[in-house]
Amino acid sequence: MANSAQADTVPAGGPSADGGGIPLAELAARHNLSVSGARPKLPAYIRQLWQRRHFIVAFANAKTRASYATARLGQVWQILTPLMNAAIYYLVFGLMLKSDKGVDNYVAFLVTGMFIFTFTQSAVLAGTRSISDQLPLIRALHFPRACLPISFTIVQLQQLMISMVVLCAIVLGTGEPLTANWLLLLPALLLQFMFNVGLSMIVARIGAEITDMKQLMPFLLRTWLYVSGVFYSIAHFAKDAPDWVRWILEANPAAVYIELARDALVESHAHVPMHTWALAVGWAFVVGVGGFLFFWQAEEKYGRG
Amino acid sequence: MADRIGDPTVVADNVHLTYRVHGASSGKGSATSAFSRLVTRKKAAGVTEVHAVRGVSFVARRGEAIGLIGRNGSGKSTLLRCIAGLLPPTGGKIYTDGQPSLLGVNAAMMNDLTGERNIVLGCLAMGMTKQQVAEHYDEIAAFSGMDNYNGKDFTRLPMRTYSSGMAARLRFSIAAAKSHDVLMIDEALATGDRDFQLRSEARIRELRKEAGTVFLVSHGMKSIRDTCERVIWLDAGKIKMDGPTEEVVAAYEKGV
Repeated sequence: MANSAQADTVPAGGPSADGGGIPLAELAARHNLSVSGARPKLPAYIRQLWQRRHFIVAFANAKTRASYATARLGQVWQILTPLMNAAIYYLVFGLMLKSDKGVDNYVAFLVTGMFIFTFTQSAVLAGTRSISDQLPLIRALHFPRACLPISFTIVQLQQLMISMVVLCAIVLGTGEPLTANWLLLLPALLLQFMFNVGLSMIVARIGAEITDMKQLMPFLLRTWLYVSGVFYSIAHFAKDAPDWVRWILEANPAAVYIELARDALVESHAHVPMHTWALAVGWAFVVGVGGFLFFWQAEEKYGRG
Repeated sequence: MADRIGDPTVVADNVHLTYRVHGASSGKGSATSAFSRLVTRKKAAGVTEVHAVRGVSFVARRGEAIGLIGRNGSGKSTLLRCIAGLLPPTGGKIYTDGQPSLLGVNAAMMNDLTGERNIVLGCLAMGMTKQQVAEHYDEIAAFSGMDNYNGKDFTRLPMRTYSSGMAARLRFSIAAAKSHDVLMIDEALATGDRDFQLRSEARIRELRKEAGTVFLVSHGMKSIRDTCERVIWLDAGKIKMDGPTEEVVAAYEKGV
């Protein structure tokens, strides 16, 4: 005996009967069922994320490999791309625009700044699309969505590692000595990575909710690039500006991480004050942790698209 | 609570789902109209709402295999996504036992990657450990038949080179490697050939014996009859009929 159940009534009788007309919510509670798609509590979420750590790394590796799969030179492009970028920046900013005022080793200065900024820039760009472009995957499988922006930032980290080899070669080629100071690059990059992960989670959520972000992001990033002292020395550029202008320019996280890397690699570069390191740590933790919390708060909504 | 046959595993309580679709009307196309909307602060004309599921309630129990039938666009796939927690319902609640898994026909894996990597990534995403993946890998490759397809090892080729049937086989094999409390299959078997359909039906029966609940969306009444003993007929987002397979399918076939 089939029954034509009305949409809003509990079907009674037949195989779907549920022993007496108790409300469905109560029935669910009685059998310890949980609400589907509810956002997990923070500790549970972190635990799930930790459990998927192999997925995060495997996904990043797979994406790196796949992005060069159709090019004939394959992963050689991972080295060629930063090399060609460095050549173009030098041509435009070093030889044509001559923006090397107040800088001793302009090539090392410029290439370091550009590579460090590119790390954050590409992490933000990939983060913006990390949810919206992976909707089929999100709608197919269940996993903590934070895996995606983290994974895409790791892709950029892998690219950065190769860029850093190129960078070190260029810097050595400009006559800089190899010193123990170079080791400072590691903590600097680690902090920048934390900052990038947080930032890419922030833009991932915004990009998932506001589809226009993808179009807007390149402009925001270009503006950020121009104020971050990549092509010019902020200290030299802002020497006549009011204190608060210089303070804002120097506290900019991109400028902070760039300065740390230059301090590590370029001997003639003025040593950064201690508070720059404090800023680097501060940005990494505030944006890293804040971005994670911000992303987690919309966890259950990412499938919507 | 012990896992007994007949205990509820999925309870849907008056579920509604509305999609918001961007760029559906012609208004968004022109820059001037978009600009005038910005100026006049009118609600974006390009957003259309689609009420895909309109108040669905049912109780599914351990050991049941439930068929979902209905015309294209009647809300079957959307309902399954809601149950899986992949799309949050706009109204009502869905209660489930554990984490339901959805196996859909357009559950895209990563097309630019090889079958081998898709197996590994799929298993890791489902929450398996590296060791479990290594244990299950051969079994999955063999079940899908991709390790020796017409004498060629397709696990080494990118998934974009697969036919739709081959991709569906691989996806089903990955999802079926794990035992699920609630497994939902969305037309994933439709593209498989006869031989694979038989094998996957056998696997579905096994999964049911492990005291899980299986949902099956299909337009093939034969596979519904072969695997399900209960059928829910959805029409325009509402349950039109819910009952034993024979009666509902007979009514559905008469109505179509």
